[in-house]
Amino acid sequence: MKSKSSNTHMTLHLKVWRQKGPHAEGKLCDYELEGVNPDMSFLEMLDILNQKLILKGEEPVAFEHDCREGICGSCSMVIDGNPHGPQKSTTACQLHMRHYRDGQTIVIEPFRAKAFPVMKDLVVDRSAFDRVIQSGGYISVNTGSSPDGNALPIAKEKADLAFDAATCIGCGACVAACRNGAAMLFVSAKVSQLALLPQGQAERSERVAKMVYQMDAEDFGACTNMGSCAGACPKDISLENIARLNREFMRSMVSGRKSYPRGDGANEGSPA
Amino acid sequence: MSANSSFLTSTIGKKYLMALTAIVWSLFVMVHMIGNMLIVVGAEAYNNYSHALTSNPMIYLIEAFLVAVLLFHAVTGLTLVVRNSRTKPKFYSVTPMREKSASIASRTMIYTGTATLAFVIWHLITFKFGPTYFVTYNGVEMRDIYKLVIEKFHEPLYVAGYAVVMILIGFHLFHGVQSIFQTLGISHPRYNKFFKFFGYTYAVVVAAGFISQPLFVFFAR
Ligand code: SF4
Ligand code: FES
Repeated sequence: MKSKSSNTHMTLHLKVWRQKGPHAEGKLCDYELEGVNPDMSFLEMLDILNQKLILKGEEPVAFEHDCREGICGSCSMVIDGNPHGPQKSTTACQLHMRHYRDGQTIVIEPFRAKAFPVMKDLVVDRSAFDRVIQSGGYISVNTGSSPDGNALPIAKEKADLAFDAATCIGCGACVAACRNGAAMLFVSAKVSQLALLPQGQAERSERVAKMVYQMDAEDFGACTNMGSCAGACPKDISLENIARLNREFMRSMVSGRKSYPRGDGANEGSPA
Repeated sequence: MSANSSFLTSTIGKKYLMALTAIVWSLFVMVHMIGNMLIVVGAEAYNNYSHALTSNPMIYLIEAFLVAVLLFHAVTGLTLVVRNSRTKPKFYSVTPMREKSASIASRTMIYTGTATLAFVIWHLITFKFGPTYFVTYNGVEMRDIYKLVIEKFHEPLYVAGYAVVMILIGFHLFHGVQSIFQTLGISHPRYNKFFKFFGYTYAVVVAAGFISQPLFVFFAR
């Protein structure tokens, strides 16, 4: 990569998906943006675009963001076909403009999946993830004073695997990248994290069944092991979690429970 | 809804069904390919092998089982395709880069699968229900399937079409076989590379083996 000093400014051609509301027709609109500093993050570049649009009296581009440090998972957008942009293991907010050249064209679209309907411009509704979590992604604990930290021994390997799975920020890039619109990587990370730890054992069997059924009740697709989810995941959640999810689901089926309530404890999703 | 029926209708349950039926046919094509290699040995070996298989009364059971498994695999696969066409209404206007994208083999399973199913039907019409010649070895009269195979494998168009379909089947297995491990949850950081390698090699061996046979006959018999 050619090094650029911070005072070389770039001009970019942006094609941004503009859509007034959930039911409106959307289209890609062209914008020419001058004065982009290579040290800016991708979201700062969009801020500059929005400032200019506001000054011109136009509607700014709606996009989601919060932490801007790669930990909240809200900066959902697809940059040149890649969820979170072309960099591996990087959220859109952590992507910097130094990876782009002067004069380059960048296409910015919202996440595409039936389960994530577009609300406005680049903003999608990811509450389907919340409903999956509500259906079983929790543990029950007895309240009282906090337990002794060393009372629960956990093997280092297990702790590491659980920690890796726990780094999932629920951003939804896996669903966006998947040609089936499947949420398997997300669900597998959440199921793995709890199934690997002693605190998660009480609801282990029920949890995986409830979360998978909620996932299916939402408009998520069926996984066909394509693997683009793991490639797009900014937190490098590995496909081994999906294998573990498959195992956990089978284990839960043979472990003897007669039937599983569907969607209790959580709102039923949009009808499948 | 009982646990079992909800298991089978869930997306993960269907994955298991796909994988289990896939095992049956992956094994079948490998055995079939190896058995067919007798074409290199000669007419008598080939016909005796075929006779031994078809004269065994168990064959009807096995055939019915194979057909049922194949249809089950196809129908389940189709329901997945239908669901997924609904859950991903639109893709992006730019193609994603390498690891954020998906392999050609994994994206074309429905096409390579459909081609395979069509081929199986065509293949049965050509050979199983094709012209019957007879030959007698050591006083046992049996079907001279060798003669029919040699005939067919001398038609340039047939050989070309056969080779193309085998490449498509190879693609199907390329994604499918290594996928079986992942679906059944057989995964371990230390062995995953091996599972992938095994799946890819399996696909290449089956496809290359099946393609070598008509080429051998066409050029050397
Ligand atoms: S698995 Fe990765 S891509 Fe999917 S929601 Fe979690 S962090 Fe995002
Ligand atoms: S804004 Fe929080 S992860 Fe990007």
